[in-house]
Amino acid sequence: MVFDLAWLPQLTQGLLLTLQITTACIAMGIVLGILLALGRVYGNRLISTPCSIYIQIFRGTPLLVQLLMVYYGLPSWGIYPSAFISGVLALGLNTGAYQAEYLRGAIQAVNQGQLMAARAIGMSLPQAIRYIVLPQAFRIVIPSWSNELILMVKYSSIVFSVTLLDLMGVGKRIAARNFRYFEVFVVVALFYLVLVFIISQLLRLLEHRARIPGLGEHAEQR
Amino acid sequence: MSLLKAENIHKRYGKEEVLKGVSLELERGETMVVIGPSGTGKSTFLRCINQLTPPDKGRVWLDGVEVTHPKCNINRLRAQMGFVFQDFNLFSHLNTLRNVSIGLTKVKGIRKEDARKLAMKELERVGLDDKIDAYPAQLSGGQQQRVSIARALAMEPKLILFDEPTSALDPELIGEVLEVMIKLAKDGMTMLVVTHEMGFARAVADEIVFMEHGVIVEQGNPQQMFSAPKHPRTGEFLNKITELYGETE
Repeated sequence: MVFDLAWLPQLTQGLLLTLQITTACIAMGIVLGILLALGRVYGNRLISTPCSIYIQIFRGTPLLVQLLMVYYGLPSWGIYPSAFISGVLALGLNTGAYQAEYLRGAIQAVNQGQLMAARAIGMSLPQAIRYIVLPQAFRIVIPSWSNELILMVKYSSIVFSVTLLDLMGVGKRIAARNFRYFEVFVVVALFYLVLVFIISQLLRLLEHRARIPGLGEHAEQR
Repeated sequence: MSLLKAENIHKRYGKEEVLKGVSLELERGETMVVIGPSGTGKSTFLRCINQLTPPDKGRVWLDGVEVTHPKCNINRLRAQMGFVFQDFNLFSHLNTLRNVSIGLTKVKGIRKEDARKLAMKELERVGLDDKIDAYPAQLSGGQQQRVSIARALAMEPKLILFDEPTSALDPELIGEVLEVMIKLAKDGMTMLVVTHEMGFARAVADEIVFMEHGVIVEQGNPQQMFSAPKHPRTGEFLNKITELYGETE
């Protein structure tokens, strides 16, 4: 088996698209996740119920089905999203539901007494959430959020099914031409592996930087 | 006009009526100590005053302004009532200085530089100006409680409510907190204190209130309460508590 790597540059193009899609859907997921989590924890029933239903639906159905419904389904409602938009939308809507659940857990893990103390010095509920609860919840959520980010890097590969030439899509096209499926996909897999490695190192750094002095040490002892 | 007036406060949790019509008045500069067995609604009563737990019935006035009025700006009124919790409730992600100054910047809108100076002043007052960079998890319980007193003081409240401020502390750390509180009382701060520390009550209380089963059983000045309680339950409780906690005087 001889490695002919003339197709390697094409893969970098795909890598770029994978990065774009992942970044966009993660950003969308963060915003959506925060809103959904806040709605679930602090909303009245009129707000928290729809949030719960949303989360249940998007966690309870396959991502691929969601993607195909956006790309092939929306046109029948007169909406024609591009493949890129469809990919970002489906992935973003999906990860938003997961991130909401992680963040909800983190919010509930923040000592409620601190919220009371914030109210006691005259903060409004939104102020107390913004300055006291969320900064701590974000720190708590980093580990599970890292997992989600890494999953999204890999899940983003399903966008090849809506014609996008991301890392996976490019790989598939190259392989279909030169029939070197094994070589091509090994390289594709390596690309993902390196990407995930870099991201998880960055996130570990973030987790370390965000650690609250005095608290981290106790956590390590446990 | 009294600084704080609570009238006929009722609060019920499910079937249990925790407060059955509690009324009291507190004059400016006075220290009032509330005592009584656990589970008799003392903490709930404190929270009903600053509306952390809104009462079912009854009204509260702070300096003539009705706190229980549905149209009052409760956040602004709360900022005028300091609250010191049993388990401190410091903001764990902020250092000592920020714990004290965050209310100044975010609630009062004071510039960061000025807030810092004011916070430093209050931390000096509780003897922790050398710990401004420490985080709550790096402080002892006594230090944490002193920071939380400084946090309350920084808002320049009209009165401070203390909810068993020494109950979560190791015995050897109680003294440093009580010392700060005694100093405050002597400096003329208006204080409403729920505590079992009889030494503190004897030293600085202008009035002692004995609460049981959601009502005020008896109230009076410390001398009268300790030496000649009118109600038999008051004497019984005071004897028991003195036996248990000793006289810290």
